[in-house]
Amino acid sequence: MERAGAAPDRVYFDYAGFSPVDPRVLAVMRPFLEAGIGNPSAPHSLGSEARESLEAARAKVARLVGGAAPGVIFTSCATEANNLAIRGVALRGGDRARHVVTSAVEHISVLNACRDLEKAGGAVSMLSADAEGRVDPEALRKALRPETALVSIGAACAEVGTLQPLGDIARITRAAGVPLHVDAVGALGRMPMACEAMGLDLMTVSSNDLYGPPGAGALWVRPGIKLLPQMLGGGQEGGYRSGTENLPALVGLGVAAELMRAEAGHGEPARLAALRERLVEGLAATIPDCRLTGSRTMRLPHHASFVLRGAKADGVLLDLDLCGVAASSGSACAQRTGTPSHVLRAIGCAPQEMEGSLCFTLGRWSTLAEVDAVLERLPPIVARLRALALPVPR
Amino acid sequence: MATEAKVLIPDRHIDCIGLFCPMPIVKTREALQGMSVGDLLAMLSDDPASDADMRSWCRVTGNELLEISREDGVYRFLVRKTR
Repeated sequence: MERAGAAPDRVYFDYAGFSPVDPRVLAVMRPFLEAGIGNPSAPHSLGSEARESLEAARAKVARLVGGAAPGVIFTSCATEANNLAIRGVALRGGDRARHVVTSAVEHISVLNACRDLEKAGGAVSMLSADAEGRVDPEALRKALRPETALVSIGAACAEVGTLQPLGDIARITRAAGVPLHVDAVGALGRMPMACEAMGLDLMTVSSNDLYGPPGAGALWVRPGIKLLPQMLGGGQEGGYRSGTENLPALVGLGVAAELMRAEAGHGEPARLAALRERLVEGLAATIPDCRLTGSRTMRLPHHASFVLRGAKADGVLLDLDLCGVAASSGSACAQRTGTPSHVLRAIGCAPQEMEGSLCFTLGRWSTLAEVDAVLERLPPIVARLRALALPVPR
Repeated sequence: MATEAKVLIPDRHIDCIGLFCPMPIVKTREALQGMSVGDLLAMLSDDPASDADMRSWCRVTGNELLEISREDGVYRFLVRKTR
């Protein structure tokens, strides 16, 4: 398979930050950028072609999420989908926001949408997580109220990779008759996820997370659940998301979803998990005081996250970059502010550990040689920075 | 004799009302970069997360969080630049 993305001598382990777009996706997108097949609402024949292509992409995304095609609302990204799910459900049909249950380890777009509801007079129950980042279903059951409008829990915690007990959570929300929104970024296509079969009511999808183009996403909504639109205009996407659809990107998302589904059936998650295991075991054996964060077993197959004592993440990442390895600290917010991430704080990491947070996310083009390159290059970097106790500029 | 409470007069104010994490911290950091050691910065925020975020950020950076007050959902943080 043609390799996408970075130069061959570079190690790219930041797939959660940005995934290279699959060349097969790009090939299908190209005519939509070049041939005028752009606006699905246009009255001419190119418009009909655009409509058909959009609906085909919708069907492909629906197949990946395991739900009915009319439930797919295309958006510009996963953040928009999370906002539409949370604000759309909580603000629907009332003059004030109702109660929402979420957790302290969610993506910032979920947390900030919930905080905005709080500011608008709504109530938010913020569930804590255990030391691995897992939400307790029993605590969730106790947080439900008669006026609860929505539960929003991600399929996996993006910073530490831990999978949430979605089956148990869905059983509770179903029994209580409360819609369950799942941000499936990271997990979709890598873990078994099926909205209808699992009893999930809304699901957030990111195109780029599936090796599709950035600038596209989707929210799947169970038919019958009504949302308050967050983007008003010409009534596209069933009136729930106005604005001319980004057809080239959405066609790309459709192809990416189909490839992801096929790949999952051909053992890609297991291949990624094996590479991840080699990385986790190798680093644990060669770097003292390097602790895996999140669950050892119940985690995303492509995700390895660590905290290092006595070495700051920004110094380690800079040195890794200089020797050709791209990784991240796991939290863009924390990177911007120099503050320990909200997830690491929520799972009770020691203050000495929080500044040394590293996250490696693998993907479709990751190889054994790349894992071995990290195992070779990272230990001396950490040893040197620890020895120097290098002050890192903020 | 009753002692009078010392009133701290900020050298600079920033208004982060309406912004969410991480922007109150980002703007606080930017504002402090243009100030002198010992100066006081007052920051207003209505993000419910800013209380925990500001405490954590000040602890990590060593800047001194002198006061936190809250009125009508708006936090006021008073920070002394220490380095």
